Amino acid sequence: MTVAATTGTGARPARAGRQPPLAWVGTVPFLAYAGIFLLLPTGIVVWNAFKGNSGGWTLANISALNTGPVRTAFTGSLELCVISSAIGAILGAILAYAIASGNPDGIIRRLYIAGSGVLAQFGGVTLAFAFLATIGPAGLLLHAGWYSNFPWGIALIYCYFQIPLMVLVFLPAVDGLKIQWREAAENLGGSTWHYWRYVAAPLLTPAFLGATLLLFANALSAFATIEAWEDQINYVVPQSIGGSLISEVGLANVHEGDALALGMIVLVVIVMTGYFLLQGRAARWQR
Amino acid sequence: MSKLVAAAKAEGTLNVIALPADWANYGNIIKDFTAKYGIKVNSIAPSDSSAQEVTQIQQKNGTSLAADVLDVGGSVATASTSLFAPYEVATWSSIPAGLKEATGLYVGDYGGYMSVGYDSAKFGTITSLNQLLGSKFKNDVALNGNPTQANAALNGVMMASLAEGGSAGSIADGVNFFHKLKMAGNFNTTQATPATIKAGTTPVVFNWDYLNTAAVVGQPASTWKVFIPANATLGGFYYQAINKNAPHPAAARLWEEYLFSQASVGGQNLWLVGGARPAEQAAMTSNGTIDKSAAGALPPVAGTPIFLTQAQATAAANYLAANWQKAIG
Repeated sequence: MTVAATTGTGARPARAGRQPPLAWVGTVPFLAYAGIFLLLPTGIVVWNAFKGNSGGWTLANISALNTGPVRTAFTGSLELCVISSAIGAILGAILAYAIASGNPDGIIRRLYIAGSGVLAQFGGVTLAFAFLATIGPAGLLLHAGWYSNFPWGIALIYCYFQIPLMVLVFLPAVDGLKIQWREAAENLGGSTWHYWRYVAAPLLTPAFLGATLLLFANALSAFATIEAWEDQINYVVPQSIGGSLISEVGLANVHEGDALALGMIVLVVIVMTGYFLLQGRAARWQR
Repeated sequence: MSKLVAAAKAEGTLNVIALPADWANYGNIIKDFTAKYGIKVNSIAPSDSSAQEVTQIQQKNGTSLAADVLDVGGSVATASTSLFAPYEVATWSSIPAGLKEATGLYVGDYGGYMSVGYDSAKFGTITSLNQLLGSKFKNDVALNGNPTQANAALNGVMMASLAEGGSAGSIADGVNFFHKLKMAGNFNTTQATPATIKAGTTPVVFNWDYLNTAAVVGQPASTWKVFIPANATLGGFYYQAINKNAPHPAAARLWEEYLFSQASVGGQNLWLVGGARPAEQAAMTSNGTIDKSAAGALPPVAGTPIFLTQAQATAAANYLAANWQKAIG
């Protein structure tokens, strides 16, 4: 948890001296890892998305992306990701700031970090079931009518792991804010607003955007939680992919699943591009 | 047979797939098979679907991890015969002709009737599906899965179709019934499992009768009741098939012999104890090998049972693909 480097405080030291001739060897494990577990599967998905069920090439899977249920699933995925990552990012950032402004060795901070570490990983059937049994139709605590509404009901459930995840990834950035900067702003006659507007916000924005993107991707790929929450309607793309893989009544179509996955990759590329453009603007002062 | 046993023992292991321990008594069946023959049973992905079983052998064939034997629904069995090895068990003649592929590529093993299980302490006695549309069933009625994916759920909708006066040729009336159920606020769209039943969120469940027994869902037998609508007796069988590239070919065949054995403690009677109706039930009833108390404990069935043909099942699936989400969305 000491990776405050994302805030980019201070100038980078100039690179000194020549690189040793075999320096690239150090990157081999990373490149091999990324190649085998990221590029290769992506390539296989793209390749198979253009394959027919009886072999041979086809565009049928891709054109299936432009049907009603698939469009609904992509819209649903986008809605759910935007809502749950926005709520998670904002509340998580506020919580991270509250934690950072407390005693750095205090019990509260340690409790929150440990708790976030656990809750950020809490998902899937257990999480959906916990909500179902607490506020679902026969909930022990209450019966919330909106529990089964898409996207708000499931977005609330997603926030259960999104907020703690935001705390974990954003806290190092907030920890990077030095008290001296605030004092300097005050000494120069700046108000709290000035400090946030001209010092803290520019410093934190790149980290905030990066963390929000992580939350977005986290919500996009989640499957087990929403599948346990709603079994009958495919609200989001992972549910449609699930159906195309596991249907035992003759409706399985693995290659259509590949096309859906390709659609998700395209969605992520679009979001990533937006992120890099924003990041470029937000981090301009760093150069 | 003794040669088969020796060869299977030499292999020492059997890979089975998609067999939940609480499904048709498979937990005890596996235990008894191991006890009898000393062959270790490696149970892969117990909660997989039939389609995933086929994917598993396609991906793992050539390794020792591929499943040796499959237990799949009818659609998957007929679509995947190129992956199967033909085999006829010793009791082949006891299996009704309608349940077996002529060359032995796949063979019906056990089945049951689509039923409604419910908590009678909460609702009293249920005698017709139309009662489920009443106001005391708010959010209480669930399927065991999504009918565009799970065979049991598809049959659940088909059963509603028959109860509504439809025929096996069309599932439209069943989709319409679930639409009404949803409009009444009574359709709970989470998947019913023993856990949701225990939590009280799905006190009315459409499922095969052998998965709906009080023992399987973990409810007291005095209050958990199962009924099969008289005008909608819809049967369904699962099918055994041997992976043609099975890493343990002898163990796979011995497993089949065991499953179809009519011994007092053997596959057929153990399925019966689990509430499922074994393929050789009729033959065993006439030759006296059937476990009479287990047979007597099955829920009563009235009328002529209907079994979907492959064409009917495909038509139903296609109709669901186009209409299910719209009907209950």
